[in-house]
Amino acid sequence: MSDHHHGHGDDHGHHHYDNHFTDMEARVKALEMVLTEKGLIDPAAIDAIVETYETKVGPRNGARVVAKAWSDAEFADWLRRDATAAIASLGFTGRQGEHMRAVFNTPDTHNLIVCTLCSCYPWAVLGLPPVWYKAPPYRSRAVIDPRGVLAEFGLELPVEKKIRVWDSTAELRYLVVPERPEGTEGFTEQGLADLVSRDSMIGTGLALSPEAVR
Amino acid sequence: MNGPHDLGGQHGLGAIAPERDEPYFHADWEKRALGITLSCGAFGAWTIDESRHARESLPPATYLAASYYEIWTRALETLLTRHGFVTQTELDAGHMLEKGREAKRVLMADMVAGVLAKGGPCDRPVQTPPRFVVGETVRTKNFNPETHTRLPRYARAKLGVVEAVQGGFVFPDDNAHGKGENPQWVYTVVFDGREIWGEGADPSLTVSIDAWESYLEHV
Repeated sequence: MSDHHHGHGDDHGHHHYDNHFTDMEARVKALEMVLTEKGLIDPAAIDAIVETYETKVGPRNGARVVAKAWSDAEFADWLRRDATAAIASLGFTGRQGEHMRAVFNTPDTHNLIVCTLCSCYPWAVLGLPPVWYKAPPYRSRAVIDPRGVLAEFGLELPVEKKIRVWDSTAELRYLVVPERPEGTEGFTEQGLADLVSRDSMIGTGLALSPEAVR
Repeated sequence: MNGPHDLGGQHGLGAIAPERDEPYFHADWEKRALGITLSCGAFGAWTIDESRHARESLPPATYLAASYYEIWTRALETLLTRHGFVTQTELDAGHMLEKGREAKRVLMADMVAGVLAKGGPCDRPVQTPPRFVVGETVRTKNFNPETHTRLPRYARAKLGVVEAVQGGFVFPDDNAHGKGENPQWVYTVVFDGREIWGEGADPSLTVSIDAWESYLEHV
């Protein structure tokens, strides 16, 4: 929609995957009315679901996982071997996080997560996916032109850096552990978590430098 | 199926256009669509695989023009009518006109936290040992079923290397069509970018998929 501010100004070939307000409003209203009258849904349950993903389950969960992995070598090792259990130990479990894998960026390799076939995303640690993650441009291009995709996020990687794209075609859900930024020695886990953006855990960004958040 | 959802490698779909400080929802109906979809999933009348297949079976022009919550909503209408919970006439009218099928479970507000925290694990024991080992070069199958599959077109008939044996999981190609869970081993298979995209491929690129055992052949 024109009232949204996108990070990039190029509107050529730009599709609006978040519109159709009025048509869909009516359609969803009808659906909710019919189901409620039949006693098949509880409108208060819908409120509770929305509240969960607006206030409880979001990328701050993932940031805590990453910060702990940066600060605690034993936890990082656990996360590498059994991400589902390591993440559950911090209290993050459940829907679209049942089978987790953590993939670690290294000086040699940058990891990028996509779901070309639908919208698979690690809800338990990142919450609901952003619109672009579920939309055709990202899903089509991430596997064939990841450098072009990253450039649109303002991320230019050195040519010698290898790029590994993980297409989430099964029920495994991936969390990227970005590299720990320089100049963060002695940071608390909370201080480190503040440097971990959602995009850095998808692979469309890097962790922020301490200067960037100051 | 070779549907509109199988997008890997397609051209011409435009810029990514990430939105700064994107809200979780862009309209109230999206919140309701999320909640209704999850609530109806709790009936237990269909599987996540059948839901995915309902979404990818939307007409291509509709699918490609729709936001994801619209895709979910349209697919949910299909599932609800297919399984006898509502009729199209009721959806058009916006009111209940007949009783319809009852749900085995209705998600009430006080159940939400527990249900979301539990999720729906789909790992299952597999009786046979894995046919492929880590480090083995394998070829993905060449097939084009009209039914549900999770082997993307770009990764068919390609040579890759098994990087991990991830465990046994419900086989979506069967489960989406009510043929049972028939769990199989799932492998992470990694491909060189040049094997997939050929000439002009980014030489620094590798791509992996998670592949059910029957998607793979010995080389």
